[in-house]
Amino acid sequence: MSKQDTITNFDAVKEIVATYRDMPGCLMTILQKTQDEYGYLPFEIQDAIAEELGIPTSEVYGVATFYSQFSLVKKGDYLISVCLGTACYVKNSQLILDRLALELGIEIGATTEDYKFTLEPTRCLGCCGLAPVMTINDDVYGGIVPNDIPDILAKY
Amino acid sequence: MKKTSQQLQEIREATLAKITLKNDQTHRILVGLATCGQAAGARPVYDELKKIVTDKNLANVQVVQTGCIGLCRVEPIVEVLEKDGSKTTYINMTAEKIAKVVDEHIIGGKVVDEYTITVVDGTLISPKIIG
Amino acid sequence: MANVHEIRVCGGTGCHNNKSADLIKALKKAIKAADLGETVKVVETGCFGLCEKGPIVMVCPEETFYSQVAVEDAEELINTHFVKGEFFTKRLYKTIKDDIKRKAFSDTEFYKKQYRIALKNGGAIDPEDIDEYLAVGGYTALEKVLKEMQPADVVDVVTKSGLRGRGGGGFSTGQKWKFAMLAQGDKKYVACNADEGDPGAFMDRSILEGDPHSVVEAMAIAAYAIGADEGYVYVRAEYPTAVKHLQKAIDDAKEYGLLGDDILGTGFNFTLSIRLGAGAFVCGEETALLNSIEGLRGEPRPRPPYPANKGVFGCPTILNNVETYANITTIINDGWEKFAELGTEKSKGTKVFAIGGKINNTGLLEISMGTTLREIIFDICGGIPNGRKFKAAQTGGPSGGCITEKNLDVPIDYDNLIAIGSMMGSGGLIVMDEDNCMVDVARFFMDFIVDESCGKCPTCRIGTKRMLEILEKICDGKGELADIDRLQDIAQTLANGALCALGQSASNPVLSTLANFKDEYLAHIVDKKCPAGVCKNLTDFVIDADKCKACGKCKKACPVEAISGEAKVAHVIDQEKCIKCGTCMSNCPFDAITKK
Repeated sequence: MSKQDTITNFDAVKEIVATYRDMPGCLMTILQKTQDEYGYLPFEIQDAIAEELGIPTSEVYGVATFYSQFSLVKKGDYLISVCLGTACYVKNSQLILDRLALELGIEIGATTEDYKFTLEPTRCLGCCGLAPVMTINDDVYGGIVPNDIPDILAKY
Repeated sequence: MKKTSQQLQEIREATLAKITLKNDQTHRILVGLATCGQAAGARPVYDELKKIVTDKNLANVQVVQTGCIGLCRVEPIVEVLEKDGSKTTYINMTAEKIAKVVDEHIIGGKVVDEYTITVVDGTLISPKIIG
Repeated sequence: MANVHEIRVCGGTGCHNNKSADLIKALKKAIKAADLGETVKVVETGCFGLCEKGPIVMVCPEETFYSQVAVEDAEELINTHFVKGEFFTKRLYKTIKDDIKRKAFSDTEFYKKQYRIALKNGGAIDPEDIDEYLAVGGYTALEKVLKEMQPADVVDVVTKSGLRGRGGGGFSTGQKWKFAMLAQGDKKYVACNADEGDPGAFMDRSILEGDPHSVVEAMAIAAYAIGADEGYVYVRAEYPTAVKHLQKAIDDAKEYGLLGDDILGTGFNFTLSIRLGAGAFVCGEETALLNSIEGLRGEPRPRPPYPANKGVFGCPTILNNVETYANITTIINDGWEKFAELGTEKSKGTKVFAIGGKINNTGLLEISMGTTLREIIFDICGGIPNGRKFKAAQTGGPSGGCITEKNLDVPIDYDNLIAIGSMMGSGGLIVMDEDNCMVDVARFFMDFIVDESCGKCPTCRIGTKRMLEILEKICDGKGELADIDRLQDIAQTLANGALCALGQSASNPVLSTLANFKDEYLAHIVDKKCPAGVCKNLTDFVIDADKCKACGKCKKACPVEAISGEAKVAHVIDQEKCIKCGTCMSNCPFDAITKK
């Protein structure tokens, strides 16, 4: 995957807005569907949604930045999420996160330069019985220790 | 289609007979497929079980997905119910283990002891040790 | 004995301290000497949870347990068990004949000590098959309500049952319904809060995944009771399986005419739809959730007006949590009297807890109100792994507090938990042992709150940030005694001045750890030490030169090359380079590395 390009094709936005615009309180659903389609919600997308809905972009931006699920920047091919729920935290998931940052050479929350990995702490994934837990896209790794990290990363 | 009270009652009775094996079936196998089960690898176990049951033509066996039983630590969990009401809980299942359970328990009639829950003095023995 | 046997030696910390590593070596040696290398294997396993009897050795497949096996016993054990084919009685602990095995989960203590109402169908039926839900009595409560009861009767039954909100607040469910029933309005809504944000809690997810119809049916009953015809379930987007099962349940119920127009020919109409959350803890707060359903920023609204009068789109609304709804059908079918028999005077029924952290049997359990924490942790959940000592249990998540040894025998109910400085919360129960630093735990929760504070009211936005800064300073070893007063001061301001429950309760973990573990705060501030060895700036990993055998394992494992040493010379950790990850310590076979 290459660097972040400016999006110019808004056909999908128009279609999504047309589908949901009559539903009461539709903005969040539209943002969710749009992010599913484009992967993230850059300014040009927010502008397009605002224009279609006939509301100010600030209102779209306000909602898009309030919820952690929405991302304004492009993410890597592999999203690494380390659970920082309480059950995982007391079982040292912070050390897992630190080790990942060290191995990938990026800050927590950042994306590698080649857009391969994005490293994020996440809220409780709800599989506390397997703590500490991390996921790489759909793969779940439970009961891990920091030294497992290099081998796990090598698989991708 | 919309159901009347009478039709709902008929579904209740027929399905109750099915899930309590009061029909011509002999086994009901439940696989815990809640998030914790899936995270522990329950999906391949379920798929494999479905496949074996189809391949071996075991029409007398129901394979059913179910929710969380509550014991996350030993997921994937598979429970086998039998006509006499007896229940066997298999823990930390894998696709290979489920094949053995079908052969020895469902077909052979003998519980695979080494995959069941082991309890010593009230403590459930750690799943990682159950081969 | 031609079969292949496996000797499983517990390598958990508790047993490790009892020299399980040496034992494994001795066993291997004895196997070799007896020429059994082909048939007997030795493996190290995770903690058996029987630490007080360690080292534990289990022989499989025959499942013979030996306890307190010493290095000197190895040879005799191998010769007796495998060569002679007899039990090594000197260390024999349990055999399969001693009834160590039970066939079904429902025969274990973990299950038998529970009382399941909200979880009654979890693990028993196919959640995506409406027929199976019908088979276990599904939708009989709805039919009974629609055909035999007036709305006021329904509210009356729920009120008399004593059911209180399971989302944490503990407000009487019947009262809530009554307010909404009496509220004026042509249009009313019922809503379900499934935005389970408390980190470490997953009972709502489990109910929606395992028994979604119980919530759908209960919401239809609630709608009838208050006169609503539309409902929303607000679910976290992080729960894809729950969303899928719930959507299927709604679609199937509609198909059977149990949702929609003229339900069961009674003229009652009710439609239900799902709204997805997008990752904001504050949306668990009821007024913030209402805003989010409307597609707005999930910021709380001032109360009053309460949702019962002005909720979704300005209409009277009831909002209950998933677990609360999951109790309704049982109350209607079995009667309020039976439900009210369970529990304590002011907290009726059961509560579901999600138990995690340093506990043997992690999982989900439903117990009768009034059970003690000691019963939950030690009798039902098998105690603390690795032979460590219980330190505290946290309930109520980031809004709750910790419960210590001295309060383990308090019967759990809403009011008792508040009296001992915690709260029921939604049911997350995290167990901590002596390796957890309570100052760090307080910092963890405050960090969470700062992240999740919506920013609408300055008290919460600024207050929580200041508290976090002070806690970080203490964890870094730069704290001063006056910081404790500052924390208490800001905590008071938050409790008095924040707009919603998130801010008002945000300081609870700090106040509770201060009340119970002030010595740990003082150790950080005065002695500049973290007693549990968690806070990185206050902890040094050190190699004991006498114990170090210069094997080089730590040096190889260290991710930052902070360890130096040649063969046969004790290794040394460069404290400047060390990132305190603890990898060396867990890789040392001789316990030569300690935290100081």
